[in-house]
Amino acid sequence: MNLLKKLLGWIDARFPLTATWKAHVSEYYAPKNFNFWYFFGSLALMVLVIQIVSGIFLTMNYKPDALFAFASVEYIMRDVQWGWLLRYIHSTGASMFFVVIYLHMFRGLMYGSYRNPRELLWIIGMVIYLMLMAEAFMGYLLPWGQMSFWGAQVIVNLFSSVPFIGPDLSLLIRGDYVISDVTLNRFFALHVIAIPLLLVGIVVAHLVALHEVGSNNPDGIEIKKHKNSHGKPLDGIPFHPYYTVKDSVGVVGFLIVFCAIIFFAPDMGGYFLEDNNFVPANPMKTPEHIAPVWYFTPYYAILRAVPPMFGSQFPGVVAMGVATMAFFFLPWLDRGKVKSIRYRGPIYKTFLTLFVISFIGLGTLGLLPASPVYTVIARVLAVVYFAFFLLMPWYTKIDKCKPEPDRVTFK
Amino acid sequence: MNAIKKLGTLLLLITMPVAAIASGTGVALDRAPVDLEDKVSLQRGAKLFTSYCLSCHGAVYMRYNRLKDIGMSEEQIRKDLLLPEGMKLGSTMQAAMDKEAATQVYGVAPPDLSVIARSRSPDWLYTYMRSFYVDSSRPSGWNNAIFPNVGMPHILAELQGEQKLEISHGEGHEAGKLVLDKPGTMSPAEYDVAIADLTNYLVFMGEPAKLVRHKLGFIVLGFLFLLLLLVYALKKEIWKDIGH
Repeated sequence: MNLLKKLLGWIDARFPLTATWKAHVSEYYAPKNFNFWYFFGSLALMVLVIQIVSGIFLTMNYKPDALFAFASVEYIMRDVQWGWLLRYIHSTGASMFFVVIYLHMFRGLMYGSYRNPRELLWIIGMVIYLMLMAEAFMGYLLPWGQMSFWGAQVIVNLFSSVPFIGPDLSLLIRGDYVISDVTLNRFFALHVIAIPLLLVGIVVAHLVALHEVGSNNPDGIEIKKHKNSHGKPLDGIPFHPYYTVKDSVGVVGFLIVFCAIIFFAPDMGGYFLEDNNFVPANPMKTPEHIAPVWYFTPYYAILRAVPPMFGSQFPGVVAMGVATMAFFFLPWLDRGKVKSIRYRGPIYKTFLTLFVISFIGLGTLGLLPASPVYTVIARVLAVVYFAFFLLMPWYTKIDKCKPEPDRVTFK
Repeated sequence: MNAIKKLGTLLLLITMPVAAIASGTGVALDRAPVDLEDKVSLQRGAKLFTSYCLSCHGAVYMRYNRLKDIGMSEEQIRKDLLLPEGMKLGSTMQAAMDKEAATQVYGVAPPDLSVIARSRSPDWLYTYMRSFYVDSSRPSGWNNAIFPNVGMPHILAELQGEQKLEISHGEGHEAGKLVLDKPGTMSPAEYDVAIADLTNYLVFMGEPAKLVRHKLGFIVLGFLFLLLLLVYALKKEIWKDIGH
């Protein structure tokens, strides 16, 4: 024991080990009233680790070559020891990452976590979200199935609709005139090293920003307003052991869902692993119905909902881009007197509910082949989607809020 | 927790009509009685597969020795499946027919069948192989009710016999019905069982790990549920001292 203490002292004299542990874990004070929705931050971090670790082992056996990619995935599924498990962990992890992130973002919307002083924290989080979409999109090309190929073809073609630079831009992304071996190789490089490296860095920045301003909570009030004589927030509790142990419950709960999918329904009825992706990529044969993976479909539905103008698809692409970027502006669009939905009036609650309906509705429509009726529904839902953001300064201002409590509610 | 309930209701309300829309499309498929626990059925399916399908189709990701997973011995694999002399047990299943030659004969290259049960559903495969009918307008002399104008002839005709398509004209619609015209060596019931075996085998071949996946899943989930109890008890204990 004494020896360990000496060792720790030796390290602390050279590296702030104890100080870092204290600042970020054992003496980081988090509000004591976190509820169910506060599990998803730590879960997102865990899924990131799961993806990196399973990804490393997949990389050892996968071949980024148009001739061998599909076969190497089957090799992983059949001949690599526990390869099938690695692959299902990674493919399920990709979808679950988005499940967790969407719920994490929805938490932010409900409790006003993006509001002052957490604007930068929110923006960093949104950058993570966008990078995650790039990461998932590039990873989806790697199995080199029909959906990998044609999904990438459709998305990269979107860039070619940009005026003036479009064709050159898509050529730059593909490295070829069609999706090819060259594209596969660069997407592999970006997927396994470039984006993950940036992602980890930005996640660290997200945590640093969080610990600087402190966590929001379901009441949307600042716990730093009431401190004891030692300067510790009265409604705050040390992250360790209270939240390490509470988040462990969330982790095990999540793993139950995660493993149930991996072991019993890894393709999730075609939503996590699409049926058509078990057909090797064939540039000569376009599938009848191309649908992106479920986590992209809300934006895909918005893209399809906007009619081409002046013979160009570009307006749809812009709408899709704006739909993803709109979240960045939330801190300045929201004029509400309170942060949390608990004390908001009926108008905000109505708008948030409509927004959730439009997001899920668009996501569902994006999976289905377009039809005249669906297009009309998609247009209505897209208008609702944008109205949530555009009208926010107005409806948050006129909404009748309830008074916030002085201290957090804790049962 | 109130918010979760609300969200759950919301999700349900949104997904219900969508599920109704999604289920309304497609041709009616017969349900394939897939049972991966039935090793005898899987072995019969493997024999059918190697003696008929492998003539033209390959299954290039499937190794012969993987059939040990469904209870076949090395000797059985060599003898029952007529493994060509000198072929290693660890080799993958290659088509007997050359791909170029097959393309010449049928107009399209016969697709590899390793993961066919994953791209096509088992129900589709089960229905497909029972839906061939005589059609003199086709080069092969055969057509298929759920895969119109398919290049593949009815390779199992000697077993099933010959079916023909009878079209009845109803009010404003046409309904097709397959009727057995010339019986084969199997009765219709026997043929259904044979195709069920074959489908069963194709499902196994599409993902051999499926045999262990479910069993392992129960163990993993069992462990996690126990762990959940322990972790929850620990959380309760540690949070005891947090006052109001």
